[in-house]
Formats: sequence, structure tokens, C-alpha cells
Amino acid sequence: MWEYTDKVREHFLNPRNVGSLDDANAIGEVGSLACGDALKLYLKIDGDRIVDAKFQTFGCASAIASSSALTELIKGMTVEEALKLTNRDIAEFLGGLPKEKMHCSVMGQEALEAAIRNWRGEPAVEHSHEGQLVCKCFGVTDEQIVRAIRENGLKTVEEITHYTKAGGGCGECVGELQKLLDAELGKAPVCETPLAAAPKKLSNVQRMQLVLKVLEGEIRPRLQQDGGDIELVDMDGTTVYVALRGMCTSCPSSRLTLEGFVEKTLRDHVDENIVVKEAAA
Amino acid sequence: MNTVYFDNNATTRVDPAVLAAMLPYFSELYGNPSSMHTFGGQVGRAVREAREQVARLIGATPEEIVFTSCGTEGDNTAIRAALAAQPEKKHIITTRVEHPAVLSLSQHLEKNGYELTLLGVDDKGRMNLDELREAIRKDTAIVSIMFANNETGTIFPVAEAAAICKERGVPFHTDAVQAVGKLDIDVRELPVDYLVLSGHKLHAPKGIGALYVRRGAAYRPFLRGGHQERGRRGGTENVPAIIGLGMACDLAAANMAEENTRVRALRDRLEQGLLAAIPDAIVNGDVANRLPNTTNISFKYVEGEAILLLLDQLGVCASSGSACTSGSLEPSHVLRAMGVPFTYAHGSIRFSLSRFNTQEEVDHVVRELPRVIARLREMSPFRAGSEAEAALGKPACACQGCGS
Repeated sequence: MWEYTDKVREHFLNPRNVGSLDDANAIGEVGSLACGDALKLYLKIDGDRIVDAKFQTFGCASAIASSSALTELIKGMTVEEALKLTNRDIAEFLGGLPKEKMHCSVMGQEALEAAIRNWRGEPAVEHSHEGQLVCKCFGVTDEQIVRAIRENGLKTVEEITHYTKAGGGCGECVGELQKLLDAELGKAPVCETPLAAAPKKLSNVQRMQLVLKVLEGEIRPRLQQDGGDIELVDMDGTTVYVALRGMCTSCPSSRLTLEGFVEKTLRDHVDENIVVKEAAA
Repeated sequence: MNTVYFDNNATTRVDPAVLAAMLPYFSELYGNPSSMHTFGGQVGRAVREAREQVARLIGATPEEIVFTSCGTEGDNTAIRAALAAQPEKKHIITTRVEHPAVLSLSQHLEKNGYELTLLGVDDKGRMNLDELREAIRKDTAIVSIMFANNETGTIFPVAEAAAICKERGVPFHTDAVQAVGKLDIDVRELPVDYLVLSGHKLHAPKGIGALYVRRGAAYRPFLRGGHQERGRRGGTENVPAIIGLGMACDLAAANMAEENTRVRALRDRLEQGLLAAIPDAIVNGDVANRLPNTTNISFKYVEGEAILLLLDQLGVCASSGSACTSGSLEPSHVLRAMGVPFTYAHGSIRFSLSRFNTQEEVDHVVRELPRVIARLREMSPFRAGSEAEAALGKPACACQGCGS
């Protein structure tokens, strides 16, 4: 059982500002059903002041409490003041969160930023974050990770996982997280030795045919189930260029994780050196 | 209403008769069963009787029973014993849905020179015996397959799997912690070499278990020390708990019919009541072939921990396979192995009943849980048919594809 503070429990049992705002002029969405938590934040901004805030949250007690705390904190703030709010302010408002749950407070901060971007008329960012994708399971970029390290003084990979979820899935990116951490903490980066490509057994034509077969037989049916689709655009050696179609194009985080699924399936069935890239539009 | 305890796969209430049988061994009967004097000797006799009680429940002989401190110790002892007896064999087969007592050990061994084959399960949590047949190799040292899954209650074809292994000369272990006391198990008809049970799952206290080792099966002690357990497990016996386990096994035999009729009916009433009252809910596991006391239900669009904490407010105890309850960020390995979509897995709740539960308690939960789910769904940005649903559910396939 988690050791939640009384304030977390109270905000979970009696959350403030639940629901949607019909006259919202700023909406921010982060997370997904698949990731286990998601927050949709509605703001009404008058001039440059946040006059009302509401939320809808899918998630655990601390996610709901963090959302409630966020709306209480930002009501009445100017946009500029709100942008200075950090995940720590949310956690402190609640009297602290279990360390494994700090990502709930980070989600609040990210939803707020997304809403303000939306209000400013800035284009919806593909993944709501700049930077390179590091954790494919939870769609976390290096920028998010570095920011969490800096703003919260993180010292270990485990802490990065608590704050950003990165590394909490398959664990493949743990080495990458350590490198980011070492770089931030001023330690010498670990030297990378590029692995020589394994000898290719398939001819180009054979490989291309096999890729098509796996795309048709394994990958497309799965994506189509969810209303998405994929198309093979080109191949260059073991680099496969694809275009995402259908629901995939509008899904904020799936395209990045999809590459994990598509690439892994192709690696499993065709060639372990396959790299999947999205064809330039 | 008082506490409604629907978490009996986590642990059970000690039966009052079990407690009564144990109490004298905390007070006046405190002798060491190994002592030469009459005072200790009478305790030794009681331990012998308890061993007979445990053996009787599963059709074993008393010499085939080793008392342990828990199910995990039994699993570790059995698997390591089989490996130590065949040092030249370096291959282990088990399933993806085992309890951590087997799974973590197997993965640890994989890092230490063993090859590991994890058998998958289908969407109902069922294994495929043909996959087992194909996986067995000349250097397979042990096959370990659970009797029934703790999260979904799905029952495994242990008799068939054990027969396949016997034919191929491979030692077979089963973690029967969830099954003993609920299912009729007789090792005379079940060709397993090792079978593990745990006291606190069948109304005995925590801290006691038993390992069945078939006569003639390879054995190496895990705990080396004195001559207790005929040299098979060092350490002075946990006498009161052993006495309690013996009594609990007698009671389990007497109550087996009730588990499979009254408890099963309560479980079915709970499950059907909830499914009728709550839309977008599915049952996880093999409904046709599972433990009589267990149901695992997923409620879409809401998260398990939030459900549990609201149930907790109502005095109802259950558990969840959601990521948030474990702190691991990913939902239960069992539900993932079954390919339950993450959109459902995060909202999974396991109810596990016992003969101490009543229909009144079931009706209380059937009455209250729909409100809990409705309240959380009102708070959720997702709902049936919402435009974003398909897209937001999407990363599940990729997450599962990452091979964890």
C-alpha cells in the first residue's frame, strides 16, 4: 500500500475542479490509456489570467490528486506565473508524493504547458516534446529526461524512472538514461563502440520481398485493428522507409512507439539490422 | 459493514480451529521436537501427525513432505535441487505467467549460465502442451508449471504436462500454492516430482509451507544445518505453524466440496452481478477452467489503484494488476502475457473469495462497485466511443512489442 499523505487522499476522494469547461480557450492533453495515466486540462484564460481550470484524469490516486492540486494552484495566476510552476510545486502542495509517483506531478506540469501552447495558437507538437525519443515504451524524450534531472536534482536512473517513467518498461533504454545522467552530472560519457554490422545473408531482392510479406501478414492487420495503417515507401539496404496512415497519423505518441513495434517485428522476421524510418512527407 | 475480504489469493484468514490447535505450542508445549526427553518428544509426535495430515491432503506419504517457511522457499528448493542433481543440464522451461517465486529465480539462473524457455499463454491464459513438447531438449534440467494462476485462477494441464516430462525423463515441478485446498490433488495420479504448497493460502498462518518430493526424485537441501526434516532442511522446526498447517490441511479436505459449490456460487454471483451492472467490463482468464474462488475483471477507462482505494473506503479488499499498484509502471506480467490490451489491463481487479465470505458481502460489492466505476469514469477523459480512444490505446501494441 502506498503511503499517501492525508492531503493526497483528501484530493483523491474529493477532487476539485473535475470535468470539462465548455468555454475553455486552452486545452492540454498528455498521457494515454495505454500508459496508465492521462490528463486533459481545460483552462479559461481572460486577458493573460487563468480565470478557470478544470480537468479530466485517468489514473491512480496520486494522478487524480495531482490534477486537482494543479487546478487549485493555477486558478488566478497569470500565464507567465503559471509557466513558472514546476512539478515540485504540485508535489509540495500535496505534502509530498511517494517517490515512485513523482511522474504524476510531472504529468500535471506537462499538461499545463500543453494547454498554454494551445492557447497561444502554437501548432500542436507531434509528441508534445522536442528532442530524441529515448524510452519507447512510454514515449519519453531526452529533453524531458534532462529537464527532470535538472529541475529535481536527480542522481540515479531509478529516480529518472520515478519522475518520467523512462526505463520503467522493457528496460532497454537504461544504458541511455545512465549516459544522459552522467553527462548532466558532469561525468565523462561512456565511450561508445559501434558494433560491426552482421554479415547479410539475404540479397536485396529477397529482403525486400520478405519485408513486404511481414508488413502485409503481421504488421498491417494489427494496425488496421486500431484504425491505423502503414505503407512501405522505399528500402535502402536494411533501412526501411514507411509512411503511417489512418489513425496513426493523428495519434500523438503512437507513431514513435509504433516504430518500436514495426521495427521489432521486422527484425524478428527479416533481419536483425533492420532500421525503420518514416519517409519524408 | 465490516471488512469485506475478497483478497484470499493474497492471503487467508487463519481458521479459528487452526489457531486453537497452534496455541498450546506457543505456551506449555514449547519443547524441541528433536530433544531426547519426553517433554520434547511429545512435540515431535505432534509434528509427525501434522506431516501425516499434509501428506493425506495430496495423496503423498509423510516421508515425501518437507516443511518449509513459505511457498517461495519450496519453489527455490525444488528447482535448485533438480539443477544441482544434473549439473551437465543447462536448460530450464517454465511459463511467462508464473509467480515471481519461480519466474525471478528462473531469470536469475538465466543470467548464471542457464538457458531459459518461457512458454507463452493464449488470450485466456492457457498454455499449449505442444509448445512444451517442442521446447524439451536433451539438456532440459527442469520443467516448472504452476497448477493454477494466482491472478486469473486459470488452471494449467499439470497432469498432462507432467506426463510428457516423465516420458522424456525430465524432472517436473509445480507451484500449487493457489490450488491446494481448492482443487482435488492426488500425487498418486499426478506424475509430478515436486509440488509446492503454502499454509497461508489455505487458512493456516503465514511463514509455513510444504514441499512434496516424490520418493526417488533428486534432492539437495537448500538450507544446510541440523538433521531436521531428515536432513532435507536444516533449522529448528516452526512447530506451532506446522501444527497449524496440519490442521488446515484436514479442514481443507473437509471443506473442498464447499469451495467448489458454495464459494463457486458466490464468485459467480459476484461476477455476473458486476458484469450486468457495469458496461465495458471483461473477465480475464479461462472462465471455463479456473479456480472456484477467483474472478479477474477489467473495467475499461479507469485505473485499478483508484478503484482499489475507493473500494477500500467501503471496507472492501481486493487487488489489481494495474501498473500503479505495483510501482513497476507496467501492468501485470500475467495480463501482458495473455495479450490483454493495456487499455483493459490497467483497470483490472481481482476478487478472490473463501469459505468465510457470505452472500451479503457479495451483494454489498455488487451494489457499491458500479458507483465507484461510474464516479471514476466521470472523471476520466476517456469513454466508450470517444474519438481519441483508438488512437490513445495504440501504444499498447508497441509496448508489448518491446519484448519485456
